[in-house]
Amino acid sequence: MFDRLPRSLHPVAWWVWALGLAAAASRTTNPLLLALILGVTCLVVAARRPDAVWALGFRYYLYMGAFVVVMRVLFRVVLGGDYGTHVLVDLPTVPLPGWAAGLQLFGPVTAESLLAGLYDGLRLATMLICLGAANSLANPKRLLKSVPSALYEVGTAVVVALSVAPQLVESVQRVRRARALRAGPRKGVGALRGIVIPVLEDALDRSRALAAAMDSRGYARTGDQPRAGRRLTGALVVGGLLGVCVGVYGLLDASTPRYLGGPMLVAGVAASAVGLRVSGSRVRRTRYRPDPWRAAELLVVACGVVAMGVSFLASSIDANNLTPSLDPLMWPQLPALAAAGVLVAALPAWLTPPPITRPGPPSGRAPAHARPEPVDVADPTGRLPEAVRR
Amino acid sequence: MIDFDDVTITYVDAAEPVLRNVSLHIPEGELCLVVGRTGSGKSTLLGAINGLVPHFTGGHLSGRVRVGGRDTRTSPPRELADVVGVVGQDPLAGFVTDTVEEELAYGMEQLGVPADVMRKRVEETLDLLGIAELRGRALRSLSGGQQQRVAIGSVLTAHPAVLVLDEPTSALDPTAAEEVLSAITRLVHDLGTTVVVAEHRLERVVQYADRILLVRPDGTVADGRPDDLLADSDVAPPIVQLGRLAGWSPLPLSVRDARRVAAPLRERLADAVPTERREPLSSNGLSLSARGVTVRYGSAVAVREVDLDLAAGEVVALMGRNGAGKSSLLWALQGSGPRQGGTVDVRGADPRLRTPREARALVGLVPQTASDLLYLETVADECRQADLEAALPAGSCALLLDRLAPGIEPGRHPRDLSEGQRLSLVLAVQILAAPDVVLLDEPTRGLDYPGKSALSTIVRGLAAEGNAVVVSTHDVEFVATVADRVVVMADGDLVADGSAGEVLAASPAFAPQVAKVLAPSPWLTVAQVAAALALVEVPS
Repeated sequence: MFDRLPRSLHPVAWWVWALGLAAAASRTTNPLLLALILGVTCLVVAARRPDAVWALGFRYYLYMGAFVVVMRVLFRVVLGGDYGTHVLVDLPTVPLPGWAAGLQLFGPVTAESLLAGLYDGLRLATMLICLGAANSLANPKRLLKSVPSALYEVGTAVVVALSVAPQLVESVQRVRRARALRAGPRKGVGALRGIVIPVLEDALDRSRALAAAMDSRGYARTGDQPRAGRRLTGALVVGGLLGVCVGVYGLLDASTPRYLGGPMLVAGVAASAVGLRVSGSRVRRTRYRPDPWRAAELLVVACGVVAMGVSFLASSIDANNLTPSLDPLMWPQLPALAAAGVLVAALPAWLTPPPITRPGPPSGRAPAHARPEPVDVADPTGRLPEAVRR
Repeated sequence: MIDFDDVTITYVDAAEPVLRNVSLHIPEGELCLVVGRTGSGKSTLLGAINGLVPHFTGGHLSGRVRVGGRDTRTSPPRELADVVGVVGQDPLAGFVTDTVEEELAYGMEQLGVPADVMRKRVEETLDLLGIAELRGRALRSLSGGQQQRVAIGSVLTAHPAVLVLDEPTSALDPTAAEEVLSAITRLVHDLGTTVVVAEHRLERVVQYADRILLVRPDGTVADGRPDDLLADSDVAPPIVQLGRLAGWSPLPLSVRDARRVAAPLRERLADAVPTERREPLSSNGLSLSARGVTVRYGSAVAVREVDLDLAAGEVVALMGRNGAGKSSLLWALQGSGPRQGGTVDVRGADPRLRTPREARALVGLVPQTASDLLYLETVADECRQADLEAALPAGSCALLLDRLAPGIEPGRHPRDLSEGQRLSLVLAVQILAAPDVVLLDEPTRGLDYPGKSALSTIVRGLAAEGNAVVVSTHDVEFVATVADRVVVMADGDLVADGSAGEVLAASPAFAPQVAKVLAPSPWLTVAQVAAALALVEVPS
C-alpha cells in the first residue's frame, strides 16, 4: 500500500501510536478489551521491531506488567477489605493495632475484590507495556534527536547523560577488581571510598574530555544569532510545551476544570509552534539522514489516534461495557465499538515498511555487562586509557 | 596557517607560565610534531591552537594566536570548528553519538552543512580512512585503532584546514599505530591539511615530520627542522641516538635513510657480539608455572590453554595486538581475574584459591589504569595505608618508594604526580607485599623517554633481586632495552616464546629501529652498540 522498502519509521510516529493505545487503555478496565490492546501491541512489536540492542527490552516491560498485576491482586488479598459477597476463601483476620484503624490483614477473599485488583492491575500493566512498545519500536535516542532545534542542546545533553550509566557500571567493575589486587579494606567506609573516589575521578576526567571534544566540534555554535532572540524563542517553546502537558492532563483527567483541558492544549501548541518556527528559521544546524515523514508515518499516527478517539467516544455511549460491573458480579462483554478502534491500531503490523535488518552486529550501545567480551576490543580489565591528565 | 605571536600562557594558581613567549608560524600543508617531556606544556600548546586554552581550561593567555586568519581571542573553540579539528588522546571519551556514521556526521550537523553534502562527505571519509565496513558499528565495539581512525574521520568531515592530534597512537599496538599514521600522512600529502601532532614515541612519527616544536621545561619552544633540533635534544628516538653515536650527519630520521649510511657501522660491528645480560634459565628456580590457563567471557575465548613458566630473575615482555588476551592472561595469573581452566603454581600455591591478601604476596599486578588503586589524598597517606595492608612497620612503603623514584614529595596528591611517578607509587604499593612474581600491564603508556628509562631501571632492579617480572606492552623499543624473553600472544594463544633477540628481530612489526638498521646482525639497542663499539675501538 505504502512504500515497502525496509526503513525505520520516524520515532515520533511510533510514540503517538503507542500513547494513543495507552490512552485507550486508560479509559477501560474491561479485561477483554485490555487483552485485545495487549495483543495488538505485541503483534506490532513482533512484526516491526528492528534488531538493535535497544529494541530487545520489550520482554522486560512484559515481565514488569505481569509483576504489576500480581502485586495488585496480592495487595487485595493481604489487605482484604469487606468488599463483595462472593467469598472464595475465608482467611483468618489479623487485627492491626489501634493506630492503623480501618485496616486489617487478610480476612475473607472475595471474587469481587480479586477481580477489581486484576482489572486495575491489568489496566496499569497495559499502559506500561504500550510505553515499552514505543521504546522498542523507535530508538529512544533518535526520538531525542528529533526534538525541535530550539531544544536541540537539551536533547543532546540528555543523550549524553544516558550514556553515562553504562560507563559508570564499567568503571565500578574495573575499580572493584583493582581493589582486590591491593587487598585493602573489603567492607565499610574505607572500601566504599576506595571504589567511589577512583570512579568519580574517572567520570570527571571523562566528562571533561567529552565537553572539550564537543566544544571543539562546534556544539552550541550560535553563529551570529542575537542572544535576546534565542531567549525569547526558548521561553516560548518551553512555556508552550508546559501548556501542552497541562492540557493533555486536563483532557485525560475528568475531574480537572474544563478550561485546563482543550483551551490550554490549543494555547500550548500554538505557543510552541510559534517558538519553534521562529527559532527554526534562524537555526544554522542541519540533520544527517533525518527520518523522513511520509504516508506510513501518517498511517501509524492515524491508527493510534483512531484507537484513542474511538475509546473516548465509546466511554460516553457504552460506558457500562468499558468498566464491567463488579456489583452485581457479571461476565465482561467485549464492547464492539472500542474493540474495532483497537483493532485499527494493529494495521501498522502489515501496512508499514519492514524494519532494516543489518548484516553484522546490531548498532546501538550494548550495556557493558551484557556484552560478551569482544575479542577485537581492548582487554576486560582497564580498557579505557587514562584520561587526559594535564 | 597557524600563527603564535609572543604567546605566554599561565594557568590559574600557577606560579610559572606553562608556555613562555612563544612565537611561531606554521605554514599550510605541514606536518608539525610537538615534542617535549611529560607535563612540559605540549597539550597546552595544542589546546591553544583552537582556543580550548584558555576558553575551556581557564588561565591567562597573553599575546595572540591566529588560525586561518581568525583570532582565538574572539572566536571560541566552537566557532573555530570549521577551521580546526581536534582529536584527543582517548577517542572513546570524545565520542558524542553511538555509531560510526552518526559520529562522522555530528560535526557537520553543528556547522549546518546541507544534508546532501553531508551524505557525500561521510561516504568519502569512510573510504579515505578505510573504515567503510564499520559504518553501522557501535563505537564502543571497535578496536583501539579503529576508534582512533573514526575519531580522525569525525573531525575531517568538517573539512578543517588544520588537524590537531594529541598522542593519537599512545594506546595502540604497532600495527594499529601504523594504520593511523598512514592515514595522517595521507591527509597531509593528498589534501594539504596542516597537521599538528604531539607524540611521545618519536620513532613512530619523526620521519614524516616537516617541522618539530620542542617544548622545553621552562616553557619556551624551539622551532626547527627535525634533524637540526634532534641533534642535541634530550628526547630522541633510538635511530637518532644511533646516528649521534655513529657520528652521522645529517641525522637520518627513517630506517631507510639510516640503512643507507650504516654500512660502515655494520662493518665496524661485524666481529662484535651483542652483550647478553641474560643468565641461563636453568640456573634459576621457577617462580611461576602455569598450565592450560583458559579465560572465557561468555562464548568468546580470551586466553586459550596457555602454558607459561617464569623463572626467577627474568624479565618477560608480553606482546600482541590490542585484545589478544594479554590483560586477561595477567589477571588470570594473579588470581583476581576469571579463569575457567588450568592451574597456576607459585611456591606450591595457586593464587586463585588464596585470599586476596595471600594472593598478592605471591603475585603482584599493576593494572593498566594504575590510578584505580589510589584513593587517598596524599602520597604519604597512600604509603601508610600500604604499610597497613602489607602488615609491615610504618615507613616501609615510603622507603621503598624513595628507592624506586627518589624525590616525590610525600605531601602531594597522587593525581598531581607525573605518569611515571604515579606508576612508581602503585608499583611500590604492590611490591611491598613481597610477591615472587610482578606483573605490569601496559606500564609504558604515557611515559616519555626519561620516564621509560627510569622504569626499565626499576624493572631490571626487581629482576636482579630475584623476582620474575612480566611487562605487557606495545613499545618495542622499551622491550628491547628491558626484556630477556619475549612472549607474543594472538587471539588468546601464545604464538611465539623466545629470547628477546630472536623474537624481536624475527618480525618486521616488532623489530626495534636499531635491529632494522643493523640487520642481519642481532643488535637491539643503542646501548648494546655503544658497549660493543667501546670494546672494538679501544684495542685498536
